[in-house]
Amino acid sequence: MITCFCMQSVEGTGQKMKSFLILEDGTVFTGTHIGAEKEVISEIVFNTSMAGYLEVLTDPSYAGQAVCMTYPLIGNYGICREDMESGKPWCDGFIVRELSRIPSNFRCDMTIQQFLEDNGVPGIAGIDTRALTRILREKGTMNGMITTDDNYDLEKIIPKLKAYTTGKVVERVTCEEKYTLQGAKEIAENGPLSGSASFHREDYEAGIREKKPSLVRKLNGAGLKVALLDLGAKDNIAKSLAARGCDVTVYPATTTAAEILADAPDGIMLSNGPGDPKECTFIIEEIRKLYESDTPIFAICLGHQLMALATGTDTFKMKYGHRGGNHPVKDLSTGRVYISSQNHGYVVDMDKLDPKVAVPAFVNVNDGTNEGLSYTGKNIFTVQFHPEACPGPQDSSYLFDRFIEMMQGGHHHA
Amino acid sequence: MPKNPNVKRVLVIGSGPIVIGQAAEFDYAGTQACRSLKEEGMEVILVNSNPATIMTDGDIADKVYIEPLTTKVLEQIIIKEKPDSLLPNMGGQAGLNLGMELDESGFLKAHGVTLLGTTAKTIRKAEDRLEFKETMEKIGEPCAPSLVVDNIEDGVAFAKKIGYPVVLRPAYTLGGSGGGIAHNQVQLEEILANGLRLSRVGQVLVERCIAGWKEIEYEVMRDSAGNCITVCNMENIDPVGVHTGDSIVVAPSQTLGDKEYQMLRSAALNIINELEITGGCNVQFALHPTSFEYCVIEVNPRVSRSSALASKATGYPIAKVAAKIALGYTLDEIKNAITGKTYASFEPTLDYCVVKIPRLPFDKFITAKRTLTTQMKATGEVMSIANNFEGALMKAIRSLEQHVDCLRSYDFSALSAEELLERMEIVDDQRIYIIAEAIRKGIDYDTIHRITMVDHWFIDKIAILTEMEERLEKEPLTVELLKEAKRIEFPDNVIARLTGKAEDEIKNMRYENGIVAAFKMVDTCAAEFAASTPYYYSVFGSETEVVESHPKKKVLVLGSGPIRIGQGIEFDYCSVHATWAFAREGYETIIINNNPETVSTDFDIADKLYFEPLTPEDVENIVNVEKPDGAVVQFGGQTAIKLTESLMKMGVPILGTKAEDVDAAEDRELFDRILEETEIPRAAGGTVYTAEEAKAVANRLGYPVLVRPSYVLGGQGMQIAISDQEIEEFMAVINRYEQDHPILVDKYLQGKELEVDAVCDGTDILIPGIMEHIERTGVHSGDSISVYPAPTVSEKVKETIAEYSRRLAKALHVIGLINIQFIAMGDEVYVIEVNPRSSRTVPYISKVTGIPIVDLATEVIIGKKIRDLGYEPGLQPAADYFAVKMPVFSFEKIRGAEISLGPEMKSTGECLGIAKTFNEALYKAFLGAGVSLPKHKQMIITVKDADKGEAIEVARRFEKLGYIIYATRSTAAALNDAGVKARKVNKISQESPTVMDLILGHRIDLVIDTPTQGRDKSRDGFLIRRTSIETGVNCITAMDTAAALVTSLENAETQGEMTLIDIASIARRGV
Repeated sequence: MITCFCMQSVEGTGQKMKSFLILEDGTVFTGTHIGAEKEVISEIVFNTSMAGYLEVLTDPSYAGQAVCMTYPLIGNYGICREDMESGKPWCDGFIVRELSRIPSNFRCDMTIQQFLEDNGVPGIAGIDTRALTRILREKGTMNGMITTDDNYDLEKIIPKLKAYTTGKVVERVTCEEKYTLQGAKEIAENGPLSGSASFHREDYEAGIREKKPSLVRKLNGAGLKVALLDLGAKDNIAKSLAARGCDVTVYPATTTAAEILADAPDGIMLSNGPGDPKECTFIIEEIRKLYESDTPIFAICLGHQLMALATGTDTFKMKYGHRGGNHPVKDLSTGRVYISSQNHGYVVDMDKLDPKVAVPAFVNVNDGTNEGLSYTGKNIFTVQFHPEACPGPQDSSYLFDRFIEMMQGGHHHA
Repeated sequence: MPKNPNVKRVLVIGSGPIVIGQAAEFDYAGTQACRSLKEEGMEVILVNSNPATIMTDGDIADKVYIEPLTTKVLEQIIIKEKPDSLLPNMGGQAGLNLGMELDESGFLKAHGVTLLGTTAKTIRKAEDRLEFKETMEKIGEPCAPSLVVDNIEDGVAFAKKIGYPVVLRPAYTLGGSGGGIAHNQVQLEEILANGLRLSRVGQVLVERCIAGWKEIEYEVMRDSAGNCITVCNMENIDPVGVHTGDSIVVAPSQTLGDKEYQMLRSAALNIINELEITGGCNVQFALHPTSFEYCVIEVNPRVSRSSALASKATGYPIAKVAAKIALGYTLDEIKNAITGKTYASFEPTLDYCVVKIPRLPFDKFITAKRTLTTQMKATGEVMSIANNFEGALMKAIRSLEQHVDCLRSYDFSALSAEELLERMEIVDDQRIYIIAEAIRKGIDYDTIHRITMVDHWFIDKIAILTEMEERLEKEPLTVELLKEAKRIEFPDNVIARLTGKAEDEIKNMRYENGIVAAFKMVDTCAAEFAASTPYYYSVFGSETEVVESHPKKKVLVLGSGPIRIGQGIEFDYCSVHATWAFAREGYETIIINNNPETVSTDFDIADKLYFEPLTPEDVENIVNVEKPDGAVVQFGGQTAIKLTESLMKMGVPILGTKAEDVDAAEDRELFDRILEETEIPRAAGGTVYTAEEAKAVANRLGYPVLVRPSYVLGGQGMQIAISDQEIEEFMAVINRYEQDHPILVDKYLQGKELEVDAVCDGTDILIPGIMEHIERTGVHSGDSISVYPAPTVSEKVKETIAEYSRRLAKALHVIGLINIQFIAMGDEVYVIEVNPRSSRTVPYISKVTGIPIVDLATEVIIGKKIRDLGYEPGLQPAADYFAVKMPVFSFEKIRGAEISLGPEMKSTGECLGIAKTFNEALYKAFLGAGVSLPKHKQMIITVKDADKGEAIEVARRFEKLGYIIYATRSTAAALNDAGVKARKVNKISQESPTVMDLILGHRIDLVIDTPTQGRDKSRDGFLIRRTSIETGVNCITAMDTAAALVTSLENAETQGEMTLIDIASIARRGV
């Protein structure tokens, strides 16, 4: 019944190369080198998810940033390629307390060490990640450098660190040309992304038990066409819609509103993505046009910020952002609190919000920041958090169903 | 939603005596819940039969009833106190069952009492096997194929259908009691018969065996608005097949990817939503190791041992939040007490790794089977925190206090690879040591995994530890190597052993190179938010977060470690009260402890909590950072006392009785000198190291003699020997471990045993009362029924005891607590032993006399005098009540354990009977201990020759009560000769029907079996006693206990409505 998976070879225990993490405030952490051998300057952020490091690595929203995992034991289950949220890791660097010597999981394809090397991501291990997190919490997000050069000169490096900005990163991470993901024709096998797993395959085959997935319950999106504007989209956004039966066409971020609208989608999905939303001047203009159209729109994270900017609201950079899988958000329409997956450093400024344009739909229970907007007189709702999860809780996946209802005309928001 | 305004008076049910599967965690949960309710302005009425708990203190609840936990008693309390609500989910399974019974009978409704928290309907859905399965099927959550059966035939038929092995789980039982895995029909019939009898509703679940799958647990909270969070998840290193209470557990899960983690998390939320649980809940899953297939094992709709562990592992106060939810609050309205910024509606995230190891009682029950099954056997547990798994495991191992400090502590090096593989098939508490040895012998991970089903990741972590052992042995000890060894928490003494250096050398090398422990905070949020709660753990190679504090005075309170037989929850009671008392006097308080089940490790008890092993090195790390003005060791049991010398070496003054005086009480020669000076007699004796010396002393004194190691609690290893052969046997048992101190051999005196706990300020002594044991000397005081005030001794004896206590306390310069045990033979009083520290009777005597002994002892330690505290020194006048403390055992959980009472303690807990008359108090105590007679009015008596005289009198009284008496040959003859009608039954070796057949016929209420001397477990008596216990028949092994029971039964005939006594009112009067 239980088969043994192939064991990955134990990492070489030879000489470990020293590596340094230098912050713009002059703090230097000394650790050991992991991943690709290269020096990198990036914005240093921390993520508090205890599992899901591969999803974090491959989340395009981390483009231009180096991620520190606060959970100290990383790589325990290796790399399971099918869990990747995009084609490759996007973050500039990876900072961990400890990488597991062996991976252990039945789906494991390779070690995380190999994955980082193969994909050119440098990193540092063995540093006091909690101390780093405390610095970022106290002083706010900072730029930093990961280097193996022990002759580093702080006086030369720090000005470089201060000058660094992530710049226009959306263009880097978006898809090159449009493509379509066909909607599912039947409810998926039970599994981690559809709900309860079966107990006995034999029972299934014998028709003893019905499939009763808890997450994706029905093909309620069958026949609907969704246009997904890829601003650095995580794969599970399209997959979540496709699993419900929607045909999803993914467009590069440079696509004009006219092109999208010409395809006459039933709804438009604006994805997550990296960087400062205000850098996306072209996209904001196009989104304004999408807003003007009467097409239902659902936006996540960067998409949510861009819709706000397109409609006259402002955004600002938070001290150290929300990155993790434990943030409570309250759905103001029901009063229910959900635990959400989050990854953002910018947030919509509620003081600049005109209620004639949009009203808050979700709020962060911890710090009261905005987590979602409902657009007045429009079939548009947007959220700051990630209903597609991966990594993190799947509690808010019901929002995809809400979007489907909206596309079907059943749900006129606010 | 704001709190429900209709809730004003809440009745909280505690969990009763500590038994295996239901331990201190419910005192922790109950105490936290009561404080949480009082914070909301509720009047709290508490019922719990266990006097050793903190929850039964007058300052935790408004009304406190230490009464038997039966529906009848609860009904009486409800009528008297008129609560408007009942909170049943804080008292474990016992509390939940009672709440359910009261609800089912309609009593609650009739008296206008609402069940708070989870509803009765929900509890039934979660607890009733059939309803649970149907519910899971409805929402598509998979369960292993199973069938609920109420008879053996159906069980056999179903097992045939699904195939062996099958797991058996009785409904509504504790710690998996009566459950197990059956590999064939014979086993099935045996386990099933037992399980059906133990289940409250006569139901057992027969289930397809999923042993070997990963066992994963989620702690989930849900409020009445339907908001759900998971507090944490945990992964059992021992896969499915070992009860989670007996498994090594790690939090968070280590081998699950986000996909598995979220799949099970979503399932847990799905389940708690469907069950509509309001409050805390524990969901256990089995996850197939090589697919996404999983199934739900069970759901506990209440706080549990796992929830206590999750609370301590994350800092999220589950019981406190559950109590607020019960009052109507929603999660987003309850503040997170740790950060003070966030709300209870978030999920803790960990930036460290937590390991729990069970404390199994096989050192106490050396004849017991060490095998671990789905029936829990652990009496307690330790938890440790580190930022790597290896380190957390190492810290947890040395926290156990079972002569283990690394993976070499059990030596299996003599076993060949083949023998190791064979040994590895056995699932017991030594399995990780076997795995470690297998790795050393070069057995590959796949083979180890195939046999044990322990995940490769854990096997590799064990390998990292064995590789470090080897490096330390073979390589020169460089600074780098030392750093790495400390990072994975090798203690200095182990490094010293492996490198062949002195421990001090290692320590000096560390200090010279700055390799010192740093302390990190448990903050629920991985440092994302600033936290103010000082809850710390140590790591090496990091920056320390402890904010240096320089209060006027700073005191270190050493906790008592894991709950074990002989050192239970009562020492946590003492530690917590001492901490509170010091705080009242303006001290900054620091607690060090490693037991996740206790109140003392709640983050808001002391000013600072260090969750650390209680070894000299670990304590020194904390001392280096905190630099306390003093430490108190007298409240934390033997665990704390053992640290005295080390603390003095570190330069920490011991507050209260000085170390040399503690020594004087334990050191035979010094103590003899003190007895001579104070003219107090004791039994003659001597100190020995070897069996030869022991035999010489024994022969000089004449048998029987008492043999025991010094410096132990709970009479560990203590035995009465009647021959040279037994001396050899007992000495071999004691000398299994190297003894730091000599072994004592004393003449055994049989008389009345009496005990006092007293407070001494160096001049005066305050004796709250004298306790008398029902059983004569020879039965450990912790296993004796103890009565206050002493009912049968003369005034002269009492005066002598008071006088001797005064002399001893003075001669030993006691400042603080002292416990003294005496023997009275006629009017002659002998001292047995003196313990200048807290004892297990302190909470009990405090509560029944209303004299807060621990508070007074703390004041005295600080420098106050008894007279200044408003007390007249000397023996205090007896209270208006009789209080009977009854030991409670968990023998049914430990297969193969000898149940007969002797000088070595075996009880796991206790309950109290308190009443105006001795007889009623005794009746209540038996009732509280679960001795509910009669059912069939049939009993068996089989006693040793010396007891026959007394047996006749006892039997005559049982006969008068209408009992049919069966007896073995010689006992029957003695009874019949004396005119007591007894039916003779055959011994086991004789032809059927034998005494065994009689017991297995389920028609016997009681067995009185007094064992002949010696530990020979092949004897008939042993089998009779074990069979009785395992089939749920009350078995008594001392004539005094039997006499007490019959007294109680005689009283029961005339007992009408019980009188109820509010302990809180005694406490208030006392102060």
